[in-house]
Amino acid sequence: MSKAKGAIVVDKEKCKGCEVCITACPHQVIGMTSTVNAKGYRVASMVLPEACTGCTNCALVCPDGVISVYRLKAASVA
Amino acid sequence: MESIDVSMDINEIIKPENLVYKKSSLFEEKPFSYCPGCGHGTIQRTLMEVVEEMGITEDVVGVAPVGCSVTMYEFLDIDMLQAPHGRAAAAATGLKRVLPDKYVFSYQGDGDFAAIGTGESIHTCNRGENILVIFVNNGIYGMTGGQMAPTSLINMKTSTTPYGRKQEQMGSPLKITELIAQLPGTYYVSRHAVHTPAGVRKLKKAIIKSFELQKENKGLCFIEVVSNCNSGWKMTPVKSNQWMEENMFPFYPLGDIKVDGKLVK
Repeated sequence: MSKAKGAIVVDKEKCKGCEVCITACPHQVIGMTSTVNAKGYRVASMVLPEACTGCTNCALVCPDGVISVYRLKAASVA
Repeated sequence: MESIDVSMDINEIIKPENLVYKKSSLFEEKPFSYCPGCGHGTIQRTLMEVVEEMGITEDVVGVAPVGCSVTMYEFLDIDMLQAPHGRAAAAATGLKRVLPDKYVFSYQGDGDFAAIGTGESIHTCNRGENILVIFVNNGIYGMTGGQMAPTSLINMKTSTTPYGRKQEQMGSPLKITELIAQLPGTYYVSRHAVHTPAGVRKLKKAIIKSFELQKENKGLCFIEVVSNCNSGWKMTPVKSNQWMEENMFPFYPLGDIKVDGKLVK
């Protein structure tokens, strides 16, 4: 498998559910939860985790910086 | 992430050694007070990334404006000053003159820089003070309730122009960036947007370049960021970004306007 494997972690309580990350994701990895956080926002989460490449696009456009991105190095992916 | 099925695979990826992106540590724990999807957060995040990566945390002083970002010093863990309406560029001048070794930036909106503080802004640019001005243009007075700003587009509906801005009555939108690029004091003038990852990367490069030029005392560096105001424009964040692409960019084209003291556009 040549594609890098990635994952995101969203700080749920600080996410404001603006959905800008959804349009920035090239692989449609991100969707909104049906539940809300303490402020009443639906928050971003991974709906298609296997497609994530860890490209950091979602984190770059996130106005509140709530997304952390992790990526396995290509060599370590079996 | 309770809402999704967290497989073992994901847990193998989410390990400290695999971390490739995280918000800069130069932010306080306090969440931003901006509306969901507002460009202010993205711009300030990019700015803090640059400050952290350049290792100039102790040497940077910012000036906050009046507007939505009036309390930006509460979120950023750097030295900051807050100037009265429109006077951030003048306050930054004073700061830079008494502390010439510091990196000084002012962060201003269009109501602040291009309307209330036009006098201070233009003369600061004309004097060629060695500061960086970050000018956030969303074509509206965001904080006070979405009134028309000098930068509002023709036919743009705001709370004070409910039938749209009319040129014959309210004049034309002010391209202050092109205007100050004509002045000999400005050295680097550039226009950006932060609604796409590519735009954020370009803005980051521009801020790095501006701080490097400031170290060489080249003159004033000016970065305009065309941004959205989804609350003022009465749109969702994603829709407002589309509206910005379709309406703002034709009038405020992105790219460098002045590089190395020479007009390129």
